[in-house]
Formats: sequence, C-alpha cells, structure tokens
Amino acid sequence: MRNKTIKVDLLARVEGEGQLYVKIKNDAVADVKFSIIEPPRFYEAFLRGRKFTEAPDITARICGICPVAYQMSSAHAMESICNTRVDGQLRELRRLLYCGEWIESHVLHIYLLHAPDFLGYEDAIRMAKDYPDVVKQALQLKKIGNDIMVLLGGREIHPINVRVGGFYKVPTRKELEQLIEPLKWALEASLKTVELTATFPFPELEQDYEFVSLRHPDEYPLCEGRLVSNKGMDIEISDFLNTIEEIHVKHSTSLHARVKQRSDYHTGPMARYNNNFDKLPKVAQDAARKAGLTKVCRNPFKSIIVRAVETVFACHEALRIIEQYKMPDKPYIEAKPRDGVGHGCSEAPRGSLYHRYHIDNNGVIKEARIIPPTSQNQSIIEKDLRLFVEKNLHLSDEKLTWQCEQVIRNYDPCISCSCHFLKLNIVRE
Amino acid sequence: MSEIYSIAVVGLGNEFRGDDAVGLYIARRLKDKQMPGVRVIEGVSDGTTLIENWQDTRGAVLIDCVSSGDQVGKIHRFDALTEDIPEEIFPAYSTHAFNITDAVRLAATIGQLPPHLIVYGVEGATFSTGAKMSDRVITAANRVLELVLKDIENFR
Repeated sequence: MRNKTIKVDLLARVEGEGQLYVKIKNDAVADVKFSIIEPPRFYEAFLRGRKFTEAPDITARICGICPVAYQMSSAHAMESICNTRVDGQLRELRRLLYCGEWIESHVLHIYLLHAPDFLGYEDAIRMAKDYPDVVKQALQLKKIGNDIMVLLGGREIHPINVRVGGFYKVPTRKELEQLIEPLKWALEASLKTVELTATFPFPELEQDYEFVSLRHPDEYPLCEGRLVSNKGMDIEISDFLNTIEEIHVKHSTSLHARVKQRSDYHTGPMARYNNNFDKLPKVAQDAARKAGLTKVCRNPFKSIIVRAVETVFACHEALRIIEQYKMPDKPYIEAKPRDGVGHGCSEAPRGSLYHRYHIDNNGVIKEARIIPPTSQNQSIIEKDLRLFVEKNLHLSDEKLTWQCEQVIRNYDPCISCSCHFLKLNIVRE
Repeated sequence: MSEIYSIAVVGLGNEFRGDDAVGLYIARRLKDKQMPGVRVIEGVSDGTTLIENWQDTRGAVLIDCVSSGDQVGKIHRFDALTEDIPEEIFPAYSTHAFNITDAVRLAATIGQLPPHLIVYGVEGATFSTGAKMSDRVITAANRVLELVLKDIENFR
C-alpha cells in the first residue's frame, strides 16, 4: 500500500452533512480534509433588524439537539448590553435547563452514535440486538434529560420559555420535585455508563492540544466564566474575538478557528474536563478515577468516558438545584435595551459557543456573530486524522476508514443539527 | 408530567416548509379537541424521542409528510406492528440521526413498541421555505384527522 485515497462522501452518525478525504502517497499522508458541505444558513444575517428579545428564540432554531446553548449564549450577550444580571433561582433554573440538554445530548451520542464504533456495530439498531438492556437504559436516561427540557423549555423541541432576563414562566417546586426520583435513578445509570465506557478498547492517539473552555471560580462551567486554556489563555468573553480568529478554508462551508498567532485548539467535553476537573462534584471525580482517567485526558477516543462523567455531573447538579429550589417571585428581570455591544459564551454539549451582538437604543439588532463549537474543532479534527492515519497505515482499508470516521465522531460534530447517510469510496492510485 | 396518558399522537414536520407541516397541522387540530388521555406532541428532537413518547401507552400514532413520488395528497397508512415501513416511502436517509423507520426498528429490537402503532405519511408537493401547505394536502390532512380519531377509539 504505497498510494491510496480514503473518501467518505457523507459521514454517518454525526449531526449534519460532512465528508472525509484522506490521500496517502508513498506511505505518507499527503492530504487530509474534513469537509462540511451543509449550505450556509445565514442566521447572522437575518438576525439583523430583529428585536434583541427575539435572539434566544431565533437562535434556538439553529440546532434541534442543543437549542439551550444558543438560548443561553444569546440571552447572556443581550443581558450584558442591558446591564441585567440574572442571579439566584433564575440562574439556577438556567443551569438546570442546561443540565437537561447535556444529559439528552451526551446520552444520545454516547450510546446511539459513538458506542457502536467501540463495540464493532454498524449502528445502534444492530448493537441493540446484542445489548438490549444497555439501549433501554440509554433511552430511559435520555428521557430524563428530555423531561427537564420539556418542563423548563416549554415544549418537546425548540424550547420557547427562555427570554432575555430569565424565563416567561417558572415551575413550581412541586413540578420540579417530580424529577427527583427519576434523577436519582439517572445518577446511578450515569455512573454505570462511566463504568461501561471505561471497558471499551481505545486506539492510541494523543496530541499536544490547546484545550479551550470556560472556567468559573465556583462551579463546573455551563453558562458563564472566563475563557481559559492549558496554554495560558485566560480572558474575559468580551476578548474572544481579540484572541481567536476565524479562517475560511476552501473545502468547508464552516469557518475554521485558531488562537491568534498560535494554533488551532480543542473545545468540548475533554477541554472542559481538563480545565475544570477540580470543579466536578466528588461523585463525578471518583467515577472518572475509577474509570482510569487522570485529571487530564488527552486521548480523544476517551472523550466517550468524559461525556459519561459529565452526565454524572449533570444529573448530580440537576438534583442539587431541584433540592434547594424556591420558586422566584418573578420569572424574569426587566432588561432595558441601549446602544451597545455584548458577548455571551456558554458550554454547549460539544464545546464553547460564542455570540456577539450589537443592538441600538431601540433594541434592534444591528450585527450578530455566532461561533459554534464544531466549526472551532474542524482544524483539530483534521490534525487528529492525519496523526491517526500516519500511525495506522497497516490497517485494512475497511478498518482504517471506519476508525477515521470514529476519529471524527470523537468530537460529536453537530454539523447542522441534522444527519446523515453513508456512502463510502476508497480509491487506490 | 402529572397526567397519565394512554395514547400518544406525534405530528412531525417543519411548519415553515410548505406541506412538510402536515404532521403539525393535524396535531394542532387534534390538540384543540382536548381529548382525555391523549397526549399530542408537535415535533421531536430526534427519532429516539419517539420511543420515549410511545413508551407505556396503549397505542400511538405518528404522522409525517412524505415525498415518494406518489400522487399529491395520497395517504399512506401502516400498522407498524404487522407491516414493515417501506423505505421507498419513509427512506432510511433522513436529516436526523434517527428517523421514523430507525426508531420503529430500534424499538422492535428492544421490545419497546406499544401494543398499537399506526404510521401515516401524507404525500406532499411543496417544501420551499415560507410556502403554505397546498390545498390537496390540507384536504388529505382533514381526512387523516378523521382516521386518527378512529384509531384512538380502537386503542381505547
């Protein structure tokens, strides 16, 4: 095998439409492209001219899997312009809603999209034949995340209950208490998920990544914090665009990102975990250690364990919030618009999601900028692919292609909140 | 969460894409009837959520728009417990991680199909952004609503 080309025209088990192209020449990797082929969606353009209060509802439509992330980043950006501080129980409810999204998204990816890779199945349906109880547990666990989303978000899909300054309606204590017993079960199930994922076979792959995520002095990050990295980044969110730049590459409709005058970087569960291990509750730290993880995990294949650890955190955090909950007097704090620029960044299941808006005195959006985690990770995914192929040229075409796809799925890419079909071509030169 | 529902009806689709909204159109009309014990759901985030919605029900109905090349307004009806859902009508390709066919197959594999599961597909014609539902699809939707009401009676 001196020359060959690996081509995957449409990647399977990712959200949206992406392609993979790897060219090997004289037993060396000549080219790697992870291409996003979804057409541009122009959200930033059609946010212009809309009221600042509409941003959470409009941007929630960007993604069917992580709408809460869009609502949180946009709401925080608008609140920063209006000098509105959402605190106390309203802040706790936002974290609870986010926990619901993390549980739902992480469990979907761990069990139904990623686990089949490790267990050697083409998809979750085939896996379910041999592991029915595992899949049943996954669906039950995912449902609890969905129940939180429905209760706080107002409906099954594209939640509508988040507004700038808080919520349109807040739940009673009694309504939230119904989630306590299911969440206690979910916490146990998520611990079993960590144990299960720790038994998977993990190919070797490690790079000297720059891990970028939020960090908050008092908590594992969801909605707020400074943007930090293991290579010295420690900035206010308002400095995001002074620190990170986006670059257009020919083979992707999604912009790449890199730390200015430095390099590409890694965002997502592994970055959060590595930058914030000390902020995880003890139950999640213990589960991670028992699964063989140390405080820093650099093998992206092990991101499946990290997602499971974060699911433990989300269940634990949801329980904590519900147990201390007192219904606030008002569901929101009034936010008065003024001419200004605001920034919001929150931790979507797949990584840091940055929003920037300029609004005028009437609250009309003049400019919007949204940088989602998957676009930030594209370049690092290509580096992973290059390194992985270089080390695994001895593998059969079939196995190499499969594992290259797995390298991409390590990042749970959310290409457009949609998915997928696999058509595979391997061309030998 | 506090109510006990014995029947679930899920309408799927995108309300801003012409005939694709037919599932939501029917779901909303059914919701207006406020039938006791019937939970009406408009859209789900991914196909596995369908399984969550029909778990522990006596029967469930799914309604979606299809584009198989058949006559516009044609109503396809399948009993998912006794018939295969044909891929030429509900193709395996979908813009979602798990489509209806996947969800039915997964549920069948792990024994989580409800005692009754009826799947409707209404042939659409127009799917462009901002388009209205076509007249023939609205006529078909009203017919499907009648059929769904009969299904609900049969489940009880």
